[in-house]
Amino acid sequence: MTPQRLVLPLLGAVTLALFVASLLLGPAGAPAGRSLAALLTGDNPALALVMREIRLPRALLGLGIGAALGLAGAALQGYLRNPLAEPGLLGVSAAAALGAVLAFYTGLAALLPLALPLMALGGAFAATLLVVGLAGVAGGALTLILAGVAVSSLAGALTSLVLNLSPNPFAASEIMFWLLGSLADRSWMHVTLAGPFILAGMGLLLLLARDLEALTLGEDAARSLGIPLGRTRALALGGTAAAVGAGVAVAGAIGFVGLVVPHLLRPVVGHSPSRLLPAAALGGASFLLAADVAARLIAPERDLKLGVLTALVGAPFFLRLVWTTRRRLA
Amino acid sequence: MSLLALDRLTVRRGPCPVVDDVSFAIRAGEVVGLIGPNGAGKTTLMRACLGLIPAEGRVAITGRPLAELAPAERARIVAYLPQEREIAWPITVEALVALGRHPHRRPGARLSAADRAAVETALEMAEVSAFRTRPATELSGGERARVLMARALAQEAPLLLADEPVAGLDPAHALDLMETLGHLGAEGKAVLVSLHDLTLAARHCTRLVLLRAGRLLAEGPPEAVLSPATLAAAYGVSAFHAADARGPIVVPTGRIRP
Repeated sequence: MTPQRLVLPLLGAVTLALFVASLLLGPAGAPAGRSLAALLTGDNPALALVMREIRLPRALLGLGIGAALGLAGAALQGYLRNPLAEPGLLGVSAAAALGAVLAFYTGLAALLPLALPLMALGGAFAATLLVVGLAGVAGGALTLILAGVAVSSLAGALTSLVLNLSPNPFAASEIMFWLLGSLADRSWMHVTLAGPFILAGMGLLLLLARDLEALTLGEDAARSLGIPLGRTRALALGGTAAAVGAGVAVAGAIGFVGLVVPHLLRPVVGHSPSRLLPAAALGGASFLLAADVAARLIAPERDLKLGVLTALVGAPFFLRLVWTTRRRLA
Repeated sequence: MSLLALDRLTVRRGPCPVVDDVSFAIRAGEVVGLIGPNGAGKTTLMRACLGLIPAEGRVAITGRPLAELAPAERARIVAYLPQEREIAWPITVEALVALGRHPHRRPGARLSAADRAAVETALEMAEVSAFRTRPATELSGGERARVLMARALAQEAPLLLADEPVAGLDPAHALDLMETLGHLGAEGKAVLVSLHDLTLAARHCTRLVLLRAGRLLAEGPPEAVLSPATLAAAYGVSAFHAADARGPIVVPTGRIRP
C-alpha cells in the first residue's frame, strides 16, 4: 500500500505550491523573488504592504475555506453514507447566505463591517440547531437529510424574498454578486474572524474518523461496535456549522468543492471514509486555491466570481464521474 | 454465570408490545437458536439486548446491567451481526473485517499484531480469505454475508448475537457457518442465532428459544421445542420429523389452518 502513503504528502505539496502561486499573483506584477522577500522581511514597504495586507489574507482564506469545504463534504458523505451529500445539504450554506443577505438588506453591513460575517455565522448555527431540532439528536440519516433540505429551501426562499423586496437594483445586484462567492478584497479582519471557527470546526470533523469507519456497516452495526452515534452527530453537525458557516460568512457561498473533491479523492484512499478526511481537506484547499488563481489569470480585470468558477470546473468533473459510474454499473 | 440474562424484557412500539415479557439466559458454551415466525420479535429482542432500542425489564451482560456498561466495553463483550447487510463504501474485504477490531483499538492507533491475527483467523473461519483484497460491495449476496460474519468474528467477543446469518447462503456455506458457531461454543463463547431453517436449528443449537407474537412460546432442547404440537402452535405448519446419526431432521411439509 505504498502509493496510499504518498497521497497526503503529494496533496500537501500541491496545496503548498498553489498557496505560493496565490501569493505571487496579482495586479502589482512584482517578480516572485522580490515579492517573497518583501513578505518575509518587509524591506520594500509598498510591496510588503501588498503582500501582507492583500495577498496573504486572500491566500490564507483560500486555504482555510477550501480545506473546510472539502473536509466537511467528506465528513457528511461518510456520516450520511451518501455520496451526494455536501455541506450545503444540511442548510448551513443557505442559512449563512440568508444571514449575510439580511445584513446587506438592513444596511447593517454598511454601518458595521463585522455585521455581515457575524450574521452569516449566526444563520449557519441557527440552521444547524433547527435541523437538529427537526431531526432529533438520535434520528437516522434520512430524517437529517429531509430536515436539511427543508431548512435549505426555507432559507433559499427567504433569500429570494429579500432580493425581491430589495428597494434598489444596486443593492440587489450587490447581494447577487456576494452570493456568488469571492476571495477578492478580503483583509486580516476576515481571517481573524473566520480562522478560529474554521480551525475549531475542522478539529471537530477530524475527530469523526473512527465513527465514519464503523458507520460503513450501517447505524446498528456502528453502535454495536461501541460508537455513540449521538456524539457522532454532534461532531458532524457542529463541525460543519462552524467550518462551513465561517467560510460562507467571509467568502460567500462557494459550491461544488465539498461535493466534488471527496468524490475525486475517494478511490485514491481506497474508499476509506477516515483516510478521506485529511485528503479531502488538502484537496479542497488545492481546488479552491487553484480556482482563485485561475479566476485572477483568466480575467484579471473582471473579478470573476469564485463560486462561478468552482461550479464551472466542478460540474464537468462530476459529469465524467457520472459517466464512468454508469459504465461500471452497466 | 450467564453471559446474557433477560429478565421480563418488554419492548413496546406504540401501545402493543413487540417483545412481551421474555426471560431467558445464555451461559458460556451454548449456541442458542432464536426461532419463530416472521414478526415474532427476534430482531427486536436482539437489538434490545444491545441497548439499541429502549426496553423495559432487565438485560444483564456477564452479570452486569446493560446500562452500566460503557459502549466500548459492551462492544468488547457482545458482537452483533445485523440482518441488514449494509456496506456503504467499496472498501476491501480485509479492511471491512478489520472494522471488527474497533472496540479493541485506541482512536487513531494502527492495527496491532493481535488485531491482525484476529482478522486473519476471522477471514479463515468465514472462508473469505480468498477474496480479501476485493471490494466488499462487489461480492455476491452469500459472499457478502460471510464477509460480514468474519467482521463479527474478528471482534473476538465472548458473546455473539447473529441475526439470520445463513439467509441467502448455499447449503455448504450454511453448514460451514453453523459449524463455525459450534466452534465458538466449544471455545467457551456463547451465541444467540436467529434462524428459519428448523433442521439447522435442531442439529447445531444446544438449545432453542421459540418466540411467537413477542412472547416466549417454548424454550429448551431442540427436540422438545420442535415438537409437532409446538410447531403447529407457533408457525401453523405440520412437519416431517426424522433423524440420522448426526441429529434430528425437521422439514415443514404442510400448512395447518385453524
